Amino acid sequence: MIDIAVTKALRDFTLDVKIRVPDAGTLVLLGENGAGKTTILNLVAGLLVPDTGRIQVGDRVFVDTVAGTCITVEERKTGYVFQNYALFPFMTVFENIASGLRFRNTTRDVVVTRVEECAARLGIGGLLGERVGQLSGGQRQRVALARALAPEPGILLLDEPLSALDIPTREAMRREFSALLEAGKVPAIIVTHDLQDALAFGDQICLIERGRVVISGDADAILQKGQHPFIDQFFIGTYRKEKTEPY
Amino acid sequence: MTTTMERICRRGNLPLRILIAILVVLAVLFIGIPIAALLLQVPPDLLLASLQDPVVLDALCLSLVTASTSTLIVICFGTPIAYINARCRYPGKKIIDTITDIPVVLPPAVAGLALLLAFGRRGLVGQYLNLYGIEIAFTTIAVIMAQIFVASPFYIRQARTSFAGINRVYEHAARTLGATPFKTFFSVTVPLAIAGILSGAVMTFARALGEFGATIMFAGNLQGKTQTMPLAIYGALQGDMDASLALAVILVIISFAVIIVIKVLTEKEGADT
Repeated sequence: MIDIAVTKALRDFTLDVKIRVPDAGTLVLLGENGAGKTTILNLVAGLLVPDTGRIQVGDRVFVDTVAGTCITVEERKTGYVFQNYALFPFMTVFENIASGLRFRNTTRDVVVTRVEECAARLGIGGLLGERVGQLSGGQRQRVALARALAPEPGILLLDEPLSALDIPTREAMRREFSALLEAGKVPAIIVTHDLQDALAFGDQICLIERGRVVISGDADAILQKGQHPFIDQFFIGTYRKEKTEPY
Repeated sequence: MTTTMERICRRGNLPLRILIAILVVLAVLFIGIPIAALLLQVPPDLLLASLQDPVVLDALCLSLVTASTSTLIVICFGTPIAYINARCRYPGKKIIDTITDIPVVLPPAVAGLALLLAFGRRGLVGQYLNLYGIEIAFTTIAVIMAQIFVASPFYIRQARTSFAGINRVYEHAARTLGATPFKTFFSVTVPLAIAGILSGAVMTFARALGEFGATIMFAGNLQGKTQTMPLAIYGALQGDMDASLALAVILVIISFAVIIVIKVLTEKEGADT
């Protein structure tokens, strides 16, 4: 279960969202740049603290401003894949994937087994000795995902996971990601501005605009035409943003 | 073809090019001639023979020990200051930034006098230390304190710039992967800033090694105790010229090594980013 009900004052508007995903499903936060999607991911990861509200994943309460509880970033056990991947440039592929396990003081044998297992699952078993600077975009993407999955996180957080890839790689990764998320049974929150990505991944899709959820539902609910210009643009091809009153 | 055309097109730049070439040659000669004069005066056998001289040996050992100690202390105290000033906003940050930078512009003799007035026998702090039988001025500790005072900004400034240049997303990634803030700092932040940290440390070592003004004011000029290499060069100049020359050449060699190390490190940092 993912339960997010938070507010946070941002520079241009106040983020105010209530999102609830019952099972270990995938939540997609859809919306244009600057809508507050990544802020929600950072609030779940603990990199930002909400002004008010509560975040719960499974049976663990990450933060509750009323009860005054907040667990640290490292205790939340999230697997965060950042938009630019944030692979450690001074480490090899192996060391990057192993980093999460090593930070948690996992024994050497377990680290080696787990890294090899994750790398094989993502088809990067042959790259373990490479420096990350020498990898292609698609390979970096896989390393970042393997690194996030290796410590067996309680929730996956993916920030625009496919946006940096070219179109053919993107198509392939989209299929692989969907299969991986279904097989992994790990709840996930995916941030994207691409409707196709949203439809491919999301059990539940929330369209975010200026810090608020404007439409929420499964793929069928989202695809109903005339609901919102952001959705319609993918069918018509243009999106003229309506002037929004400041909050 | 292209080269001929380029020559024709750039013909108008010729006087400017000649002027720049003359300026470059003059600048290189200005720095190069004194160093060459020094090196030519000291053949290798004289250098080796001088190393047997107790004045030279004492000064060399004392300089290496005190400059290394100063550098280590500056790294220990300067790294947290550099990191906090690169990353955090807090009241009085500008004041602390300015205070840590002051020794760069302060004449070393003034620094030495200030240290003497603070930690000398009748100084602001020294008078109380003296009650417990602790004397700092004119001891090896005074040499180290003078070096730290004068050389620390070189490390703090360089480390601060390196920390400020690191994308925070790497630190965020480490935190989400389970690293505590302490582990994140040593496993991710320091490796990312290592080239800057090392070149700052090398600069600090070099500055500490060459310290003269503050040391002579605050620590005096006692062979084996406070007489570092620059002080020994000055002292020997009036008597044993060979010792003075040998020490000078050793300092020139160390300076060259420092410059090479810094160049390699900064190029590496440039390549990494």
